[in-house]
Amino acid sequence: MIRIERLVKKYKDVQVLHEVDLQVQAGELFAYLGPNGAGKTTTIKILTGQTRADSGSAYLNGFSIQKQSLSAKQQFGLVPQSINLDRELSVCENLLIHGLLYDMSRTSINQKAEELMEYVGLSDRTDSVVKELSGGLQRRLMIARAMLHQPMILFMDEPTVGLDANIRRKIWSLIKRIQQKGTTIFLTTHYIEEAEFLADRVAFLDEGRIVVVDTPENLMTRQGEWAIDRFTETKMETVYFDSRETADQYNRDQHDQYTLRRVNLEDAFLALTGKRVK
Amino acid sequence: MIRGFYAVYLREVLILKRRIFRQMLSWSVMPVLYLIAFGYAMGRHVQVGDHSYLEFLIPGLVAMSSMTQSYAIAGEINIARFYWHIFEEFQVAPISNFSYVLGEVLAGITRALLAVGVIVVLGMLFGVVLNYNVYFFLALMLNSFVFASLAVAVAMLVKSHADQALLNNFVITPMAFLGGTFFPLEHLPEWAQKILYFVPLTHAAEAIRTASFGQPFKFLNFIVLVVAGIIFFIAAMLCVNHARD
Repeated sequence: MIRIERLVKKYKDVQVLHEVDLQVQAGELFAYLGPNGAGKTTTIKILTGQTRADSGSAYLNGFSIQKQSLSAKQQFGLVPQSINLDRELSVCENLLIHGLLYDMSRTSINQKAEELMEYVGLSDRTDSVVKELSGGLQRRLMIARAMLHQPMILFMDEPTVGLDANIRRKIWSLIKRIQQKGTTIFLTTHYIEEAEFLADRVAFLDEGRIVVVDTPENLMTRQGEWAIDRFTETKMETVYFDSRETADQYNRDQHDQYTLRRVNLEDAFLALTGKRVK
Repeated sequence: MIRGFYAVYLREVLILKRRIFRQMLSWSVMPVLYLIAFGYAMGRHVQVGDHSYLEFLIPGLVAMSSMTQSYAIAGEINIARFYWHIFEEFQVAPISNFSYVLGEVLAGITRALLAVGVIVVLGMLFGVVLNYNVYFFLALMLNSFVFASLAVAVAMLVKSHADQALLNNFVITPMAFLGGTFFPLEHLPEWAQKILYFVPLTHAAEAIRTASFGQPFKFLNFIVLVVAGIIFFIAAMLCVNHARD
């Protein structure tokens, strides 16, 4: 469905991507996780034809984004990191422009728009001007717009950045529902819990290199099931355990402040790269 | 090949529609000032050939306004590109560079035609009715096409909105004043006339003026505008790729 082969990108002297190889299966929700500056957005920009790779290739449903760009672009929808709606236009005008860009008829635009507005909970706001909508509603509209032409692949670049926890959870549930309809989703995020909650598989990206690709469960259990963060006077130290009992046993012998918690993807990222995602 | 151009065009038109009244007011400010200051106050007793200065001025203002308003599409593109990030939506859509440029150029031409409409009405209010024939509209359309295409090319090349303003000061403003809009080029030294003969606005002003006066059109004016338009349009298509990186 999405195939990336030896992708390289440099901006002047800085190499942002180092021979990235990746394959995402149809219907999969794939999270691309890494700290800011790791190369997540650059990968999406190449995959969506917004920037050109220096070498390597990328295929969307078998179409090369470099060589068959118009066919490849018909395969996906994009929810970019920054809000790129027409603020001066209404919700339905934004959808109309998008539909016409994808060569849809006005009848099918209206039908699909009505269905999607219901789906994302905006059916009572179709005539509102976008600048009157809250940040959360604008995000939902961006997702609806990206789905309007019924793409088989949906790219989401940090779709919940800047949103509060409550709205973020609503967006997550929307993303899950989209995936359940069979859409392949490629999601970049630096929110650990977002990748844990949503992803079927996760790729860790660090300084333009893929460190590992696996399911969140496999990545997390590499370290154990439980973790204790110990706070000494000078540093914080994390110790991992296979069971709650062994963790409790360990705690009894400690005098420092500590937090007992389940292992998460941040631990896996830290173990593999020596860095934290956030 | 051309699918999607209508979406690009419609977007600009819908935005323009929302602002149309304030936009019309803003389009009328400069022409009114020029008509009062140069046409009425200073030029009341001035004759240019067989015509009053006001009659001479209005075709010049039409040429200038069609240039500046079609070129103003660059500002709209910059806002969409640098502030609202809407250009991303066009970049990822399955439309060709040709479609994108065509949509924006048509939007530039639409702006120019509306702005010229304001000048024609103002001219009538000042008692000047010219010959608005087919050559007038052809020259007007070509001039708008030339500068809208140039605007798209420039908007794709600049790195910020500030760069755009700088270019306007160095390219558009001098052309607006020296392209035969306010005075006959014969009043300038011969070397300056030769230089200005390479400026598309000079030919647009001449073509619009001769059409307005019902005089026979000069084929060269139209050839220059067509060639300049095609060159700028192709340049704009190539420059869209530049904006990707």
